[in-house]
Amino acid sequence: MSVTDIDRRETRISPYIIDDRERGLFRVARKSFVDEDILTRERDRIFNRCWLYLGHESELSKANDFLTRNVGGKEVIFNRDRQGAFHAFMNTCPHRGAMVEREARGNALAFKCFYHGWAFNNNGKFATRMPPGTYPDDFNSDGCANLRSVPKLAEYRGFYFLNYDAGAVSLETYLADARSILDMLCDHGPDGMEVIGGEQKYSIRANWKLLMENSYDGYHAIDTHGTYFEYLADAIGGAAEMPAETHVWNLQNGHAAIEGNAPWGRPVAKWIPAWGEDAKSEIAQIKRELVSRVGEEHANRIAMLGRNTGIFPNLVINDIMAVTIRTFYPLAPNNMNVSAWALGVKGESEGFRKRRLDNFLEFLGPGGFATPDDVEALESAQRGYAALDELAWNDISRGMLKPKFEATDEEQMRCFWREWSDRMEDRA
Amino acid sequence: MSLTSGKSGLASGAELDHREIEAFLYEEAAMLDEWRLDDWFALFQEGGSYEVPQAGASDEASSSTNLFYISDNYFRLRHRVERLKKRGNHSEWPRSICSRMIGNVRLLDHDEGVCKVASRFITHRSKNDVTDMFCGHHLYTLSFASGNFKIMAKRTQIDMNTLRPQGRISIIV
Repeated sequence: MSVTDIDRRETRISPYIIDDRERGLFRVARKSFVDEDILTRERDRIFNRCWLYLGHESELSKANDFLTRNVGGKEVIFNRDRQGAFHAFMNTCPHRGAMVEREARGNALAFKCFYHGWAFNNNGKFATRMPPGTYPDDFNSDGCANLRSVPKLAEYRGFYFLNYDAGAVSLETYLADARSILDMLCDHGPDGMEVIGGEQKYSIRANWKLLMENSYDGYHAIDTHGTYFEYLADAIGGAAEMPAETHVWNLQNGHAAIEGNAPWGRPVAKWIPAWGEDAKSEIAQIKRELVSRVGEEHANRIAMLGRNTGIFPNLVINDIMAVTIRTFYPLAPNNMNVSAWALGVKGESEGFRKRRLDNFLEFLGPGGFATPDDVEALESAQRGYAALDELAWNDISRGMLKPKFEATDEEQMRCFWREWSDRMEDRA
Repeated sequence: MSLTSGKSGLASGAELDHREIEAFLYEEAAMLDEWRLDDWFALFQEGGSYEVPQAGASDEASSSTNLFYISDNYFRLRHRVERLKKRGNHSEWPRSICSRMIGNVRLLDHDEGVCKVASRFITHRSKNDVTDMFCGHHLYTLSFASGNFKIMAKRTQIDMNTLRPQGRISIIV
């Protein structure tokens, strides 16, 4: 991974973006956030072709575990069979369409559709006996009565993704340099990470791309989240100053991250006085283990620096005062569903786990001191776009001509938009 | 704490008047409806806590192992209230208009000056021409002495299977 160079591509003007390299101007058409036809095209060109986050291996810890989830607008079963192998099936009966599993999670040897009773082993094979003559003798010789597997399922270090395009490039190729972010996350603890405490499901009445922009937007922090920083200053017993030095990483294929040393405590492994002396020695111990495992320089980066990462098109992994995974999908141009999880280090103590979850809640989620204000900002922008006839373009030019980008610039968003417009215009 | 466990009814606590509990809860709701937030915070005993687990969570969910929406100790609750009063709390500025209905008030248990109380609620929040509804039940641990209640712990259980479409809990539900 290298510091983002100014991309040498030429200036581009399209219906969606203006990418003027010479003048350092970048504009996004506001109709991208409101137009039904654009959403239809996004479903086809983006959500049906990109790798989409499905879940984490820790959510299915045993053979026969399953969970159900909506991924890219489609109902999916994510499960393990009797041998423990991972599967992802479309959660729709091949017979007449009802969902074959309606519970959020559980452990099951088989799935049975409640509508007409068709049953399936948890490896997807049709498992209902019918009286002879009910169907042709060679019925299901083509697999038409089995649960339909997702076209592609793959994992990288415990993070499972699916792809609705059977011809898609491999997950590793797709993730490109974003793999290094997942690698650093997995290195937080000696035994890796696990999803803890369930899924936050909420919604925002705004276009889905606004949440991607917002999730690694270093520029908005001070204005939108001033009240959070006032709380934080009291919690850490000193001024809550944003980092002097930050990095912007172009992770390729539309993925990008910002990185910097922020004022909050980090469960791995940056202590703040508010956590007390006991926590200080516990965190020192965690840090020593980390140094011994990955070396001092890398350990410092993992422990001290926070990273906000956007994996194209709709996965956010923010390793900040806690670690959150967030994915979202449009229901309409002006409405998205959001699913968010917390990640923790496997095997950490109960007290530490509580501290991690507390840290999560002080900023993140529907009741945090920051996320609701982001929601307000996104919904406010969405309302503003009704005036697109009068004001047709958003400006995302900040820092575009700088030799080295900072987190308060907008290069990470330009990485997203270039990939988005390439795909929308069939150039990717 | 389960809603069906514990001593039920009013008769068992001679010194504890059910109408006083109801009056306390109605006044608490009025404080929140009218944005009298300092008064509301003053209802809490020092060291008190305020929690909102995820929508649909069980009463037994713990903020040590489950991801909640809100898990405030006294320090953070004070900041929540301070934040709600600021213009910089963008999600609640301009302020939303809220209406809190309280019902089914039950005394679940009481002992040694401490009682456990449950109520059901419907809260409407209106802002930006959108009105959202939250429904569920509140669970209180109250201290009481000479007719004076203080909140030791308040837990708001949202009895909905997701936080769609409300999307946020930017008010005290």
